[in-house]
Amino acid sequence: MAAYFGLVPWVVFLPVIGLLLNLLFGRRLGEKGIGLIASLAAGLAFVVSVVLALGLGYNPQPVTIHRADWLVVGSLNVAWNFRVDTLSVTMMLVVSGVGTLIHIYATGYMHSDVCHNGDPGRYRRFFVFFNLFIVAMMILVSADNYLMLFVGWEGVGLCSYLLIGFWFEKGQEGLGNARAAKKAFVVNRIGDFGVLVALFFIFWAFGSFNFTDVFSKAAAVSQALPAVTLAITLFLLLGVAGKSAQLPLYVWLPDAMAGPTPVSALIHAATMVTAGVYLIARSSPLFNMMPAAGQIVAWVGALTAFFAATIAVGQSDIKKVLAYSTISQLGFMVAAVGMGAYVAGMFHLVTHAFFKSLLFLSAGSVILGMERADEGQHGEASGHTVQETDPQDMRNMGGLQSRMPLTFWVYLAGALALSGIAPLAGFFSKDEILAAAGHTPAIFVLLILAAFLTAFYMGRQIFMVFFGKPRSQPAAQASESPAIITGPLVVLAILSVVGGVLNLPGLAWLEQWLSHTVQDVLPGEFTWPVALGSLTVGLLGLVVAWLVYGRRSLGSPASPDPLELSLNGLFRAVEHKWWVDEAYHAIFVRRYEQLTHFLSQPVDLGVIDGAANGLARLSRGLAQAWSRLENGFVRTYALAIAIGLVLILGYLVLR
Amino acid sequence: MLSSQELVFFSVALVVIATAVAMLLSRNAVHSVLFLVLNFASVAALYMILGAPFIALAQVTVYAGAIMILFLFVVMLLGAERLSGKEPLRGQRLMAGVVFVALLVEAGVMVMLQSRGGLGSLTPPTGSFANPAEIGMALFTSYSLPFELTSVLLVVAAVGAIVLTHREKKEH
Amino acid sequence: MVPVSYYLALSVILFSLGVMGVLLRRNAIVIFMSLELMFNAANLVFVAFASYYQALSGQIFVFFVMTVAAAEVAVGLALMVAIFRSKKSIDVDQMSSMKG
Repeated sequence: MAAYFGLVPWVVFLPVIGLLLNLLFGRRLGEKGIGLIASLAAGLAFVVSVVLALGLGYNPQPVTIHRADWLVVGSLNVAWNFRVDTLSVTMMLVVSGVGTLIHIYATGYMHSDVCHNGDPGRYRRFFVFFNLFIVAMMILVSADNYLMLFVGWEGVGLCSYLLIGFWFEKGQEGLGNARAAKKAFVVNRIGDFGVLVALFFIFWAFGSFNFTDVFSKAAAVSQALPAVTLAITLFLLLGVAGKSAQLPLYVWLPDAMAGPTPVSALIHAATMVTAGVYLIARSSPLFNMMPAAGQIVAWVGALTAFFAATIAVGQSDIKKVLAYSTISQLGFMVAAVGMGAYVAGMFHLVTHAFFKSLLFLSAGSVILGMERADEGQHGEASGHTVQETDPQDMRNMGGLQSRMPLTFWVYLAGALALSGIAPLAGFFSKDEILAAAGHTPAIFVLLILAAFLTAFYMGRQIFMVFFGKPRSQPAAQASESPAIITGPLVVLAILSVVGGVLNLPGLAWLEQWLSHTVQDVLPGEFTWPVALGSLTVGLLGLVVAWLVYGRRSLGSPASPDPLELSLNGLFRAVEHKWWVDEAYHAIFVRRYEQLTHFLSQPVDLGVIDGAANGLARLSRGLAQAWSRLENGFVRTYALAIAIGLVLILGYLVLR
Repeated sequence: MLSSQELVFFSVALVVIATAVAMLLSRNAVHSVLFLVLNFASVAALYMILGAPFIALAQVTVYAGAIMILFLFVVMLLGAERLSGKEPLRGQRLMAGVVFVALLVEAGVMVMLQSRGGLGSLTPPTGSFANPAEIGMALFTSYSLPFELTSVLLVVAAVGAIVLTHREKKEH
Repeated sequence: MVPVSYYLALSVILFSLGVMGVLLRRNAIVIFMSLELMFNAANLVFVAFASYYQALSGQIFVFFVMTVAAAEVAVGLALMVAIFRSKKSIDVDQMSSMKG
């Protein structure tokens, strides 16, 4: 079995081959071919991951497969190695497994997009970028040193940019999507700056980027250079805040919903945003040495979880609710790893990948249903923003349970899992996090409140979308999506329901699996009070949601949200996302724009161009002045010669 | 009291300078030519004093005799017009004066330095020094190459002069 | 016993007068004549030193200078004649069409 570890480079190379095939031959292959190759590439990568997992099952020690020497400069030796251990293989399984399902879904979803908007070239571009993302993510999780991890980190950031701005000509004023992509990239950059500084410190303190080298010296270095180790962990936290959308760098994720729904599902729910959690879990030896840093991480996570959950309550776009929900759940994960409960965090990462991608994909199915109805009514293709009715606005939906039954049932499964209702997957993972938080009451309270709000807004969403009477024409005429879309939904729904078995209390399979790689794994605690408490809170949230949204009809799309009537000001605050984007714009963005205007106008045009033009004018002036010496009179020239003669003689005399 | 040689030198030098100045100042071009002839004659006298008889006579024959006659011919040919006394170029007279004074001063300083350095006096000429026989020997033995080249140069100059002033028959 | 430096001084004066002539006179022929004056000044120095060092080569050189001067005058005056034909004047200030 050990020999099969050599297959690990294929998790990277299979998607590379997929994207190259699509890039070069996509036009000839047609839609079906492109989709097949892309999904096959992801699927085969999943198969390889399974093989690796089985191999590790027999012998769970970490293995490093060397691929190539990359940087050999002086004392720096960074190679491209693949690390096969339980933590990285877990991530590989999630990325390739969920990724394959989403690829299959996307072949159907993007087909509708092409029918809707024309331009078949888009289809090929989408799957090339999608496979590229898998490549980058695999590089990230299979790296055996921090620099290689950073390569993958940057790669996923790039793919996120490319895919968010996929419909680059759409959006507000024709620029909105491009702006959202730019915002994601820039905010991520701030996080990347944090990771870079941390990398510099790591090299300076440890002399190497390799995980094994760094972690073996972790104890010694943190004793000798505590300030540096603290700086490393805090700067890594900055990177995590950027990539995993924590406070204060979460603002890009809701805007990222401008991308196609499969992108939101894969990148912004299941994989890229979890890279931050993976990074902290991987750096567990460093964080274990610095309890203070761990505390800060836990607080950032908990605050994010609560804050984002409040905003999710006030959103009326179906994808925005899920976006803020993702930020909130990432807060749970980050809080968990901050508190040292690495297994709980990874467990929630896996289950969240299942049900959040399920929710996103089902939301996509709902949106497709609404668009189909709209299109059928108007009989012409219209873009995603130029609709008579916004297909993503929940106020336009209603009563879709009868019209799209399969979508309803899988959505319900995902929502219940997210709300933490037993015995679905989310219950077990969320419960483990809450139990670990029991040591810090304040964090526990924040997380419990966030759990309540989670159940509440998911209930709100279910009632607004699927129950009641249809509030617009497309909702009244929506139809179920084809099998290629609902197929992956069913698989993910099953995983959401039974996923809890990964780490059932008592059996603790994931815990044992990860303990071979992650140091100091706290044993998972399962206390009945906490379990019952979280279950109660979840049910309570759903009940309150039914009370507010389910009992009475919600009227027309224009009528105000029932919650607004009772919590007027508070509701408006969460509806406007607590005006954080506006605050950032006023404080940072406007100053920056003023600076760029200043630099472009007076400085670039005035000084630099002025210097260049001035130089030209100077030389022309000089030339014109000089040419006046040639006046054509021989005697002037003779005088010049005579003066020269006098000067030379004078020099000789004076010498 | 000046020695006889110094006396002779000074009087001839005076003539040289006077004729030179007169040549520069006279408005009439023909007068200028004639003053220059006188100048060349007095310089020939100086050459005699310096013990270079052949050169002195060559000066009179070639310079004063041939070259200046050529000048006279051209002056007659082109009309010795009187150009106005006004100087059209600004500052030319001033600058020329400055250059003149500067040259004199510099050269004077150099001569002073040299004479203090150790240049002595000239000995009176001996008979056998630069007689034509000696010069002829030197010309045809050690300096035969420059001699031949110079003759070629003269032929070229003569041909060039003819070419430059040649008029195409049909242009008339 | 005339010191050599006297001859040098005389030569310098003649040379400077020649330079003045070139700079100040506008008649092209007079400029040529000033040029001859300068040649003479140089010849004087050659002969003076030939006598001082009792070296014949000084006088030989003067011989060649004279010959070349003759050739130069021939060509130069031919040029003057050619120019006069087109410009109808021997004022060098009129020959300033190469300005700029």
